[in-house]
Amino acid sequence: MSTHNTDNSRRDFLKISSLAGGGLLLGLSLSGCSKPGPLGSEGGQPVAWLKIDAENGITVLVDRSEMGQGVYTSLTQLLAEELEVSLAAIRVVAAPVNAVYVNALLGAQITGGSTSVRDGWDKLRKAGAQARTMLMQAAATHWNVDIAKLTVEGGNVVNGNKRLSYGALAENAAKLPVPTEVTLKSPKDFKLIGTPQKRVDTASKVDGSAVYGLDVKLPGMLHAALAQPPVLGGKLLRFDAKAAESMPGVKSVLATSSGVAVVADHYWQARKALAAVKITWEAGANARLSTEGIRAKLRAAAARPGRDVRKDGDVAAALKGAAKVVRASYELPLLAHATLEPQNCTADVRADGANIHVNTQTQQIAQGVAAAAAGLKPEQVFIHTTLLGGGFGRRLEVDYITAAVEASKAVGKPVKVIWTREDDTTHDAYRPPAYDEVAGALDANGKLLAWQLHLTGPSITARMFPAVVETAIDPFAVEAAQNYPYDVPNVAVTYNREEIGINVGYWRSVSHALNCFVAESFMDELAHAAGTDGYAFRAGLLGKQPRYKRVLDAAADKAGWGKAPAGHFQGIALMEGYGTYMAQVAEVSVEGGVLKIHRITCAVDCGSVVNPNIVDQQVQGSILFGLTAALWGEITLAGGQVQQKNFDTYRLLRLPEAPPIEVVHIDSTEAPGGLGEPGTALIGPALANAIFAATGKRMRSLPIAKQRVVTV
Amino acid sequence: MTTIHVNGQALETDATADTPLLWVLRDHLGLTGTKFGCGQSLCGACTVHVDGKPMRSCQLPLGNVGDLAITTIEGLSTDRSHAVQKAWMELDVPQCGYCQSGQIMSASALLAGNPTPSDADIDTAMAGNICRCGTYPRIRKAVHRAAELLSATAGTTK
Repeated sequence: MSTHNTDNSRRDFLKISSLAGGGLLLGLSLSGCSKPGPLGSEGGQPVAWLKIDAENGITVLVDRSEMGQGVYTSLTQLLAEELEVSLAAIRVVAAPVNAVYVNALLGAQITGGSTSVRDGWDKLRKAGAQARTMLMQAAATHWNVDIAKLTVEGGNVVNGNKRLSYGALAENAAKLPVPTEVTLKSPKDFKLIGTPQKRVDTASKVDGSAVYGLDVKLPGMLHAALAQPPVLGGKLLRFDAKAAESMPGVKSVLATSSGVAVVADHYWQARKALAAVKITWEAGANARLSTEGIRAKLRAAAARPGRDVRKDGDVAAALKGAAKVVRASYELPLLAHATLEPQNCTADVRADGANIHVNTQTQQIAQGVAAAAAGLKPEQVFIHTTLLGGGFGRRLEVDYITAAVEASKAVGKPVKVIWTREDDTTHDAYRPPAYDEVAGALDANGKLLAWQLHLTGPSITARMFPAVVETAIDPFAVEAAQNYPYDVPNVAVTYNREEIGINVGYWRSVSHALNCFVAESFMDELAHAAGTDGYAFRAGLLGKQPRYKRVLDAAADKAGWGKAPAGHFQGIALMEGYGTYMAQVAEVSVEGGVLKIHRITCAVDCGSVVNPNIVDQQVQGSILFGLTAALWGEITLAGGQVQQKNFDTYRLLRLPEAPPIEVVHIDSTEAPGGLGEPGTALIGPALANAIFAATGKRMRSLPIAKQRVVTV
Repeated sequence: MTTIHVNGQALETDATADTPLLWVLRDHLGLTGTKFGCGQSLCGACTVHVDGKPMRSCQLPLGNVGDLAITTIEGLSTDRSHAVQKAWMELDVPQCGYCQSGQIMSASALLAGNPTPSDADIDTAMAGNICRCGTYPRIRKAVHRAAELLSATAGTTK
């Protein structure tokens, strides 16, 4: 039997809570389980990051959602490093909702913005060191020796030839005060951090046992299919469910705030019955919304001067006096996230509480939304975070939660709502489109004197976190624009927010994907106008930017810049995002009009690395994610309806289309940078610049397939 | 009731004949390792073996299954000992992992018929399985690695 001390666990948590308000997040509970939740759900109230039971079972509660980016492994490594235990000794579970889990970089319990390792880097190492210190202190008391005489090894505290396991010490350790000052290990002593550790979730992902939202099973659970308004922003007027209600297995046909739900014993029964419901929709304000209309609206809005994002020197004067001025405009399309696991949610709503099993990136908001839909208080709603079958920002949205809650409340049983792929593609919060104007001034020697970038597009943050943009410019609209790195005396970046009538959402790398494409494509235009090449032009402007310069050089060197085989052409692009510096070189050929991507080289300086295995995965994966978008990605609208439905019309990259990717790691002891996203933003411009080198045609909008320059 | 043969067992289901095998497996038989991605045979997340051949279970109605032998990811091995599963673990292939049951079923079917596939063979066999996380470089390596493991098991040399 394991020994738990519930009261101490409670007390620790209360201490933690009071500290959290002061900004120092200290999460620690050695004694494990606290009081059960309202529904007897495991764990009930949170116990922060660590549980050690009397049998030496070590459980780490990871407070970020595992969506493929490896946080169950990398965050556990941080804690395990200081606790001096191997990953194999640890069980990883998803943390519940609590203030202690707030992501300090985002202000809420959110997985996004490539922040997980950056946020956890100090916090989780400190938690591990605190736990280790408390366990050692408990052992020191037990043996009546000075703590300085003790060491730890393999889940034991060691005193000469005597050993006490963490499990045996946990109960007494939990009664000790949590030390506020602990010494973290020196990087030279790291055993786990910086080494290519195997992921802790791989085994369950090769035998089908991993549980995603779609796989949740609850006793008595019913299944639901959902019909949503075909026109984005439309409303349900009425429905006739007579035929559907008498179909096999159907329990209920009901109006939810998302549309009409059919609840049945089995999902296929719900799907069939939903097709038999006669629904009348009101199209609403978007009845005539089209892609052309959105483009025209953004172009018109671009005539406004916009708000200053950055202003160095006097761009207007520099443009007026320059030997050569280059101007261009760029347009970028809406994109869907297309997580391979379609949106789904399982809700079990009862009179006194609710269990919500959901693949969310945003636990607190999910809890709030579910509570509102259930008519409960947030603290009565327990969020069980499942594995995510892809996230990419899609599951920062909570639009797939409400219908499950409403349906479960209506039928009095657990209900799982599953969207179809078509529901998913046509009811996303799409990556915003953009219309951007850019200008550069060169002197007679080809030196860049001025850079002007004028951005126009809708704001995601205005909908998601309106308080942020009350006075400030949406920070997630001007990434890779505000931090223009090149040494140019006159720089002006301006931003026009222009809404388009539909929800836009955070999509892997967010505005980096938009702004980096424009900035790094136009840098290439300027290099061409200056009569030099993309590498030399950039390198000459990076004298004050050693980290940028280092990755640029490393990528160029590894790719053999300027030494491509006959008929092959290269393009280069550079960016800092999420604290990570990255450069990519794409090498292509075009034969008979057909584009072939031979290789992609990526140099990355992400500061201190936790797990090179996962760095490699994330760099490759993020590049291929961006490559899909660059080649084919586009969501179009007609009559307010999304025209792409499934993977036949919203094309995703397949294995034969994935080019070889070489990753060059730059050793660094700087603070860790984010890795999930930068690669996505850079491949577009690197590839477009290579296509220009091959064809002389500039890709001033995406996707490449639509430009009719090359066949892809 | 309909009896179908899944992972070496005869299982009964009350699902109607038009129910896709995918939903019979997941909803009626509780085998949730097989995933729903598109419902249109476009993504391969629902790939199972039907008499050893890889098929998309989302487009195979129960009424057409008859006596065919169905193998799902749960039946590929009981202990992750299939060469493909071993190679997948050795190379840490999955990221989100949602597509990987389907990837593994396609790869294992490929290797069953072609123990030493070329890159072109892998392209052909794996093109129907979408991985949104972009694990393709590791999938390719892992298929080659699984071929090595199989060849070692068979006692043959390459």
